Amino acid sequence: MVAVMKNHVAEHNGREAAPAPVVKADARKLNFYYGEFHALKDLNMPVHEKQVTALIGPSGCGKSTFLRCFNRMHDLYPGNRYQGEIVLHPDNVNVLDPSVDPIEVRMRISMVFQKPNPFPKSIYENVAYGLRVRGETKTRVLNEKVQEALRSAALWDEAKDRLDKPAFNLSGGQQQRLCIARALATNPEILLFDEPTSALDPIATGAIEELIHDLKHKVTILIVTHNMQQAARVSDYTAYMYLGELIEFGVTDEIFIKPKKKQTEDYITGRFG
Amino acid sequence: MSAVASSVPSLLPGGANSKRLERRLTRHIKERVIESVLFLAALVSVLTTVGIMYVLIKESVVFFQHVSIVDFLTDTQWTPLFDDAHFGIMVLLSGTLTSSLVALAIAIPLGTIIAIYLSEFAPFVVREVAKPFLELLGGIPTIVYGYFALLFVSPILQTLIPGLPGFSLLAAGIVMGIMIIPYVSSIAEDAMRAVPMHLREGSYAMGATRFQTAIKVVVPAAFSGIASAYILGISRAVGETMILAVAAGMQPNLTFNPLEPAATITAYIVQVALGDLPHGSIGYQTIFAAGLTLMLLTLVFNILGHMLRKKFREAY
Repeated sequence: MVAVMKNHVAEHNGREAAPAPVVKADARKLNFYYGEFHALKDLNMPVHEKQVTALIGPSGCGKSTFLRCFNRMHDLYPGNRYQGEIVLHPDNVNVLDPSVDPIEVRMRISMVFQKPNPFPKSIYENVAYGLRVRGETKTRVLNEKVQEALRSAALWDEAKDRLDKPAFNLSGGQQQRLCIARALATNPEILLFDEPTSALDPIATGAIEELIHDLKHKVTILIVTHNMQQAARVSDYTAYMYLGELIEFGVTDEIFIKPKKKQTEDYITGRFG
Repeated sequence: MSAVASSVPSLLPGGANSKRLERRLTRHIKERVIESVLFLAALVSVLTTVGIMYVLIKESVVFFQHVSIVDFLTDTQWTPLFDDAHFGIMVLLSGTLTSSLVALAIAIPLGTIIAIYLSEFAPFVVREVAKPFLELLGGIPTIVYGYFALLFVSPILQTLIPGLPGFSLLAAGIVMGIMIIPYVSSIAEDAMRAVPMHLREGSYAMGATRFQTAIKVVVPAAFSGIASAYILGISRAVGETMILAVAAGMQPNLTFNPLEPAATITAYIVQVALGDLPHGSIGYQTIFAAGLTLMLLTLVFNILGHMLRKKFREAY
């Protein structure tokens, strides 16, 4: 797998002077239905490797719905239906295919939710959860990975002396970083963020944004956000969605400085939405 | 209403405007009436408990003037109606504890499994059909369960375990366990269903299976509610009367062996209460002493349960 990935990079680097970003995942003619309701319409969008891609748009535009397609969260509820593809590279596999096990998908694509949702366990066990679920029992490996994940999530210094204390004792911002550590512990390839700061105060929000910025060197990030300033601050690419359609996708600077579509401009300048 | 309000003289100086902020008398009275009705309703249940405690303690005091507490707790015979009277509550307590243990060994595992299935695995249709049936199980009169134990379960057990008497704590305990299942499963399921979806989603998003999510996240998160379900089950088992009176035999027997027949505290009370005991006799007083023991036993379990719930309460 690593070899294939290197080829991928080399191919791109050989062809162009500036290293073009590698596509990590690729939505192709993606449609999604909640029962009868057609929530996503013919989406085509790449997700670039080790970059931050932001999904913005007014409430109900389908950005969270789109995000939750990537790790097949919609499979948890009856009546939901996918159509089209989300191809994961370098395997070149459509993760929405019925033959693909959603559990395997979620093993490689992790998620951080809107509201911090630590489990009713200790800080340590929260982070170790994904590893234990994968059958890891060696204490040495668990200790190592838990520490590494907590360091990556910038929580180690605050949590190292109380790893065995309940996760609920942490503050909201710390809980959200714990959830990020939990998601990172299993070395995912893509990390999905569903409005990760909407339940947090500005200082905690700043910490999470900084973290997202640091994490993109390790992992591909896709983030849904309500907050356009946040999208501008943290992302490299931005997609604007409206009523289940992808209106515009591009490099964040371009979307925010000179959007191609009038609709995008209206939303970004606050005239609408 | 405004007519009444304006007829109340204003205490404060001021024009017509100050009247608008005045206390409305009719509203005030209505509130007080409703409050009193609610308070009285709550008072009834408290007074009943206090009344029961009063009677039990008052009659037990008389009993303990004749029989020492040490004898009551240590004597190994329970023969209150014989000439050579002995009052060893352990004899009855052993029957109560043994039959309750058998019942809980059935009801707690099965009730928990059923709750996990209904809350986490069952499709909507199955749950909607299974729940009413399960609750129906709790609505069957216990006398019916008693004869079910005596005439159906006991003969089956006798073919499996040679030498088992027709009356046994085992048969009664098993059926009692079946009777308690719906209490345990229904409350445990409610507790699990109250676990917010975002906790489950967090677990699924980590690549957990349904079973892992149920066992590692939902059950620990709902533990305080599940503990309440167990406590209720225990209280039901300890206080159950008819099944034991019918199927466990009524002879006092100091044993912790479920294969033997034995009387429980409740079965003894029924037995004695049905006979014609003179009011005020020592036999009559034993009912209250036994009742007080039973009450204290349930109280201990309730306090334990309360402590458990507090210890494991999870704020999610």
